[in-house]
Amino acid sequence: MKPIAITVGTVALLGTIVPPMLFLAGSLGQDAMKLAMLVSCLVWFVTAPVWMRAN
Amino acid sequence: MKPEELKVENLAAEEYENERVPDKALKGPSSFWGMYAGEHTAGTEFMIGPLFVAYGVGAGDLILGLLLGNLAAVLTWRYLTTTVAMRTRYTLYHKLEMICGRRLVSGYNFANGLLFCFLAGAMVTVSATAVGVPFPDVRMPSFSDTMPTGVAWSVVVILIGLVMTFVAMRGYHMVARVANYAAPWMFLIFVASALATIPNLESRELNDIWTGVPVEGNPKIGFWGVFFFAWFCNAAMHLGMSDMSVLRYAKKASSGWAPAAGMYLGHCIAWISASLLFAYQIQRFGDDASPAPGPMVFEAVGWVGLICVVIAGWTTANPTIYRAGLAFQGVLPRLSRAKATLIAGAVCTIAGLFPAFAMQLLDFVGIYGMVLAPVGAIIVVDLFLAERLGIARDPARGGVTSFNLAALIAWVVPAAIGFWAVGFFSMPLPTYATLPVWIGSGVFYIVLSKIMYPAPAAKI
Repeated sequence: MKPIAITVGTVALLGTIVPPMLFLAGSLGQDAMKLAMLVSCLVWFVTAPVWMRAN
Repeated sequence: MKPEELKVENLAAEEYENERVPDKALKGPSSFWGMYAGEHTAGTEFMIGPLFVAYGVGAGDLILGLLLGNLAAVLTWRYLTTTVAMRTRYTLYHKLEMICGRRLVSGYNFANGLLFCFLAGAMVTVSATAVGVPFPDVRMPSFSDTMPTGVAWSVVVILIGLVMTFVAMRGYHMVARVANYAAPWMFLIFVASALATIPNLESRELNDIWTGVPVEGNPKIGFWGVFFFAWFCNAAMHLGMSDMSVLRYAKKASSGWAPAAGMYLGHCIAWISASLLFAYQIQRFGDDASPAPGPMVFEAVGWVGLICVVIAGWTTANPTIYRAGLAFQGVLPRLSRAKATLIAGAVCTIAGLFPAFAMQLLDFVGIYGMVLAPVGAIIVVDLFLAERLGIARDPARGGVTSFNLAALIAWVVPAAIGFWAVGFFSMPLPTYATLPVWIGSGVFYIVLSKIMYPAPAAKI
């Protein structure tokens, strides 16, 4: 369970920071960026407890 | 034990309250790095960044001031607080009781508890700016607002205050866990908000973002303002030795470098990011721009921004209400922890109604340090200089006095002079006076103790 949580959690963190970088570069619209960040937020708060409990 | 829990449990004084931390309980450096990184990327950062812009800080002054001011703070933690904490292995409260006696510690507890309430109140205000975004009737506070902005605002603040108080009464473990989960994500939201704001700026020239021109009605600060604020905004924790409670668990002195994580991630990157959000508002609305964090972050990154502001405010305010409750309980030991927390929560909620605490956060944090830091100077004198200077060490524990009048005068008089000096010399921030007040307290304590409490051998 822990490796999955770490992998998905890492993807969620990337999903928090990469969309605004793409928005800054002009490769992504603002609404798409906000949606991607919201989904990543939900995923992070599901995986973080599993990840951190395992530690 | 999770790092955040480690800290809060110490403050809860459930472990080694009145004894040295034994060797078996000492922790390695990794326990401290995460805790400091999380604790200093918090709700307050959303207000402090914009206030730098409002106070007219230029780009160069901001970056250089933050780099050097935070370095000074880290060095203070490493070479002063950690040294004292590792040598004594006591909590601040226990060490103070050994020097000053029980009654004076109660005075410290009361001051600490009250200031905690106001700090938590500012965080309730910050959270309310996020919760209020979906409700058009909630008028967001501006710099000039010191009173509640309306009925809808008051209702939101009271509801948030009630929830936070209720959770704090139930304990702190759940909030500490959420804070741990949120910490890395929150930091990324700060950075993401800044990145998402850059494309919307009218000009990306650094001097057009941090213009060096204060918003109307605010004082102007430059390099020294940023430097002193970055150094002394946590003066109560390092110079004031509040973090003895945490660092007494350090196995190695290198744990004293851990605050660098909080200073450079939270007090550098997060402040710069938050200031960028407000700089954008200034470019759009001029002096009418509102520094309310909720709407600014919502505009930049949407709903995740609001979630971040609420969690940041909540995870800062909740342990603070809890600690304030403990401080009040220290003053009135017969009061149950739940009732003490309820009182603290009520004071915090009332404070949260008034945006003045959040809007004047730079001043409030400076006053907070000036009031609480001087006791650290008294501890330093007692630990390092007392024997050399012929002053009684730990006079209260040694039976020399049950109420250390020298410590009271050395605490109150320099702090009062500091308050007066800030006004008299028109200092833009109280943090300009923190170091002189701290040194003054140490000098007062030496002189008064030489007269009132000389070491037994010195008496002969």
